[in-house]
Amino acid sequence: MNMSYKEYGQLVKKMSPGSPIYKTFPLAFLIGGTICSVGEALRLWLSSMNMSKEECGIWVSVILIFITAVLTGFGVFHKIAKFGGAGTFVPITGFANAVVSPALEFQTEGFILGVSSKMFIIAGPVIVYGTIAAMASGIICYIINCLGGNI
Amino acid sequence: MKNRRGVICFKNPPSILGYAAVAGDMEANGPLKGKFDKVFQGDMDGEKSFEKAESKMQLFAAKQALKKAGLSPDEIDIAFAGDLLNQCIGTNYGLRELNIPFAGIYGACSTMAESASERQFRFPLEYGGQRPLTAQWTATAAGAVVLGKQNEGKVNVKAACVGEIIDYQIKDMNNMGAAMAPAAVNTITKFFKSTKTQAEDYDMILTGDLGQVGSAILSQIMDKEGYPLKGKHSDCGLLLFDRQRQDVHSGGSGCGCSAAVLCADVLKRLETGKLKRVLFIATGALMSPTANQQGESIPGVAHLIFLEGNIGHGNCD
Amino acid sequence: MEIAISLLKAFCVGGLICVVGQILLDYTKLTPARILVGFVVLGVFLGTIGIYKPVVEFAGAGATVPLTGFGYLLSEGVRQAVKTQGLVGILKGGLSAGAAGISAAILFGILVALIFKPKKK
Repeated sequence: MNMSYKEYGQLVKKMSPGSPIYKTFPLAFLIGGTICSVGEALRLWLSSMNMSKEECGIWVSVILIFITAVLTGFGVFHKIAKFGGAGTFVPITGFANAVVSPALEFQTEGFILGVSSKMFIIAGPVIVYGTIAAMASGIICYIINCLGGNI
Repeated sequence: MKNRRGVICFKNPPSILGYAAVAGDMEANGPLKGKFDKVFQGDMDGEKSFEKAESKMQLFAAKQALKKAGLSPDEIDIAFAGDLLNQCIGTNYGLRELNIPFAGIYGACSTMAESASERQFRFPLEYGGQRPLTAQWTATAAGAVVLGKQNEGKVNVKAACVGEIIDYQIKDMNNMGAAMAPAAVNTITKFFKSTKTQAEDYDMILTGDLGQVGSAILSQIMDKEGYPLKGKHSDCGLLLFDRQRQDVHSGGSGCGCSAAVLCADVLKRLETGKLKRVLFIATGALMSPTANQQGESIPGVAHLIFLEGNIGHGNCD
Repeated sequence: MEIAISLLKAFCVGGLICVVGQILLDYTKLTPARILVGFVVLGVFLGTIGIYKPVVEFAGAGATVPLTGFGYLLSEGVRQAVKTQGLVGILKGGLSAGAAGISAAILFGILVALIFKPKKK
């Protein structure tokens, strides 16, 4: 066929339907927003029970992670995620789903090399680079503190 | 048998003695509902793992095809079969109890790593043995074909064209149709040129799993190349699922299984004379998650077979 | 009324952060995994330069539930650890702050794998 790679690439681009952003953006907003307001509701409820701010934050995350894990187990989460797009994977629910779903899928390969090692297939990079970034941040704080600043 | 750069016209074309198609419940609820030999329920059909379920499907398809051909496993000279799991384990475990001389093939083509993978139909080239068996497969569907001597069955395999590996530098794992379309173009035009035929000479030109995007690209380029497909083209990926009703990825490519479409539907129509001359082009995206992560593009390959109901006896060249 | 306003704020800010993710998903070749990494690192960065804290104070869970909030949590943890423990805080702070979330995900992951059977997508 008489076509350069570039020409073909352009043809493919022309023929491939883009994501319907009039749908994906509102859905991401709606579902992401809903998850966050559920989190907020939990936070308000917990803080009404005289919990410290820090504790509240932790329990909100834990509860959302728990809900996600259960929904993932029942095979419901990916159905919501299909509509929600970034609305479901950007919140902590996405992180939880990234841990739970490979754990479930690789069950048949055993609990050591299957479940527990595959658990971090997506979440691993998040933890690794989050930790690295945090350490970089720590170094900056340390230097500022040494220079007499207060961060 | 003449060989022109991969195009082979069989002097004594083998014929199809028996075939069987098996599918999972999602496929079985698509447009081909009721045409499968057996539907496997649930995700694993009571097996402990997907891999085991897959082996079970493949074994069933092979046995059923043999049954329809009226043959027992020890009458088969050689089996060609493949799947997409690592090391082709679906096939290896599925067929181990049949004790048929076995040549494993990797026909490639898979969808995104986490979703259903598909097995690629590939035709035995060295059809040397008289009764080879080809089994092929998708994660949720399988097809098997038993081949024998000319005119023993109702459908003859008149010619084949072995495709080249064509790579137009597509890197998007979610657009396999676009990665495979150039290979299909290459194989089809090569076959047309070499046999001096065109789309009008066939009742159906059926590609493997190009899906919506790949099919559109294919017909556009074929127009440009001077071999318009003129409404003769269909695609297994589109035939197997109802894209309006069933949610099978936005593009529709991937998730198809040409083997099941061929064995569940097209062969029957050839047998009954509803279709006479069919070009079947199995397309495969030779995608490897490892190579893709290393920045490699996705090469495509397409193999063609020319099937004819045995009412006509013309030579293909 | 106050509750309704808090919920609305969380909804809007959280929703907007998710739309940013959706834009990246639709207009770039970035995969979800890369976007997640990007969001966490971004959260650490914004937390360090002090921009994220006011957002958290304004939107509550709307800012802490998205993964940028996880990044912010890490940066806050490391900041305080450095303050109280000095050099060793650089190593301890981040992961300690994220420990609860990570442990919960691990625990529930294992439990789900024990209880449920995988389903096909």
